[in-house]
Amino acid sequence: MDAKQIIICRCSDVTLQDLYDLFEEGYTTFEELKRIKRVGMGPCQANTCGKMVQWEIAKYFNQPLEDVEFHNMRPFTMGVKLKSIKESAEDEE
Amino acid sequence: MRQAEFVIVGAGPAGLRAAKALLEVGAKVLIIDRSDLLGGQLTKQTHMFFGSEKQHASKRGIDILGLMIDAIKGHENLEVLTNTTVVGLYKDLVLSCVEQDHYFKIQAQTIIIAAGASEKALPFENNDLPGVYAAGAVQTLMNVYGVKPGDKVLMVGSGNIGLIVSYQLMQAGVQVVKLVEASSQIGGYLVHASKIKRLGVDITMNTSVKRAIGNDHVEAVEIWQLDEAWQGIPGTEEVLEVDTICMAVGLAPLTELLQQIGAKVKYIRELGGNVAKLNERYETTVPNVYACGDVAGIEEASSAMMAGEIAGMEAAIKSGYRYDNQEARLKTLREDLVNLRKGPHGAKVRAGLDKLGVEV
Repeated sequence: MDAKQIIICRCSDVTLQDLYDLFEEGYTTFEELKRIKRVGMGPCQANTCGKMVQWEIAKYFNQPLEDVEFHNMRPFTMGVKLKSIKESAEDEE
Repeated sequence: MRQAEFVIVGAGPAGLRAAKALLEVGAKVLIIDRSDLLGGQLTKQTHMFFGSEKQHASKRGIDILGLMIDAIKGHENLEVLTNTTVVGLYKDLVLSCVEQDHYFKIQAQTIIIAAGASEKALPFENNDLPGVYAAGAVQTLMNVYGVKPGDKVLMVGSGNIGLIVSYQLMQAGVQVVKLVEASSQIGGYLVHASKIKRLGVDITMNTSVKRAIGNDHVEAVEIWQLDEAWQGIPGTEEVLEVDTICMAVGLAPLTELLQQIGAKVKYIRELGGNVAKLNERYETTVPNVYACGDVAGIEEASSAMMAGEIAGMEAAIKSGYRYDNQEARLKTLREDLVNLRKGPHGAKVRAGLDKLGVEV
């Protein structure tokens, strides 16, 4: 298996090998992986990669899937142009 | 800021039924859906439904949708925003929305989240090649847009989606080269499996994808057998010539909006992932925010319809509206839902709901 050829996060182009390397460096939670590698921070907001990241953490550290903490979810669920937000704020004034 | 009495996020079977229940008693409803079509997954379900007469069994999904839309269309208290995505949900029940480049906020009194689910994917080598699809996407391409996804398909997963999409691929003139299933049991209804078997599809158990092969698109796939621990067994590899790999490996509830406002969720494998904790009135741990349908646990359209009706009624009742014989009607709905979950195919959902528990 060539983990370099397995894409986990399509939005930020993070491979399974990237995850393994980070695990070895001591990053063990979804939140840490997200901060260091932007996994789950693209247009899909972890809707595609999230479950795979959870699964890979569980497998690598031999944890039950239920115990693997998911990442924090914050607004927005997708990219929004700053211009759109600015225009909306001006309308409200 | 725009004001709304009841906002329903998601116009699938759960959301549309909730809307109908609310409109019945004179409540004002705003439905928001990110698609240009109402109906969620029903828009592409050309197959006939099983289940009970009340939930339109033996009608096609798309026709059930027609009935559901007819039941609310043109209602004076109904407003519908399509092509609009709810991108943020805040504790004071403000929703931020985007329609194209137009960003705006809505202040709601009550919110029903019926956002549905997203498809799961599989990690295998070259899983980023064009030609690797999720099954729901293939179904959308074919049945909504009339686009053929490929000519020769490997289907991965034998749940109802995998089985039904295999059949629909064949109806569209696409060859289903093989269907592989990682476990030792067919996940979906045997009647669906038998149908595609009779049409010559080879269903192979304990098998999964090892890697996709191709330069700029899928040209072949290598599959291999799995052991009891779901690890590939070296030496069992087989290469199939296909141009499409279709993953039907399950759905995950779309709880992101609920998690944004701090509604309690719990990871329940049997229900597809993180699901919202609800009380028996379908209210989340955030007051006046309800959830129903796949977002509360992966089931099927029939159960989503019933849950939507209950959630809509409960939300209306909490706001002071009353139905004729409401206790009896809610009791019947709840009993129907329990009956639907009986039998071997409901076992997973029952186990999941047990684990989740009811928090009042």
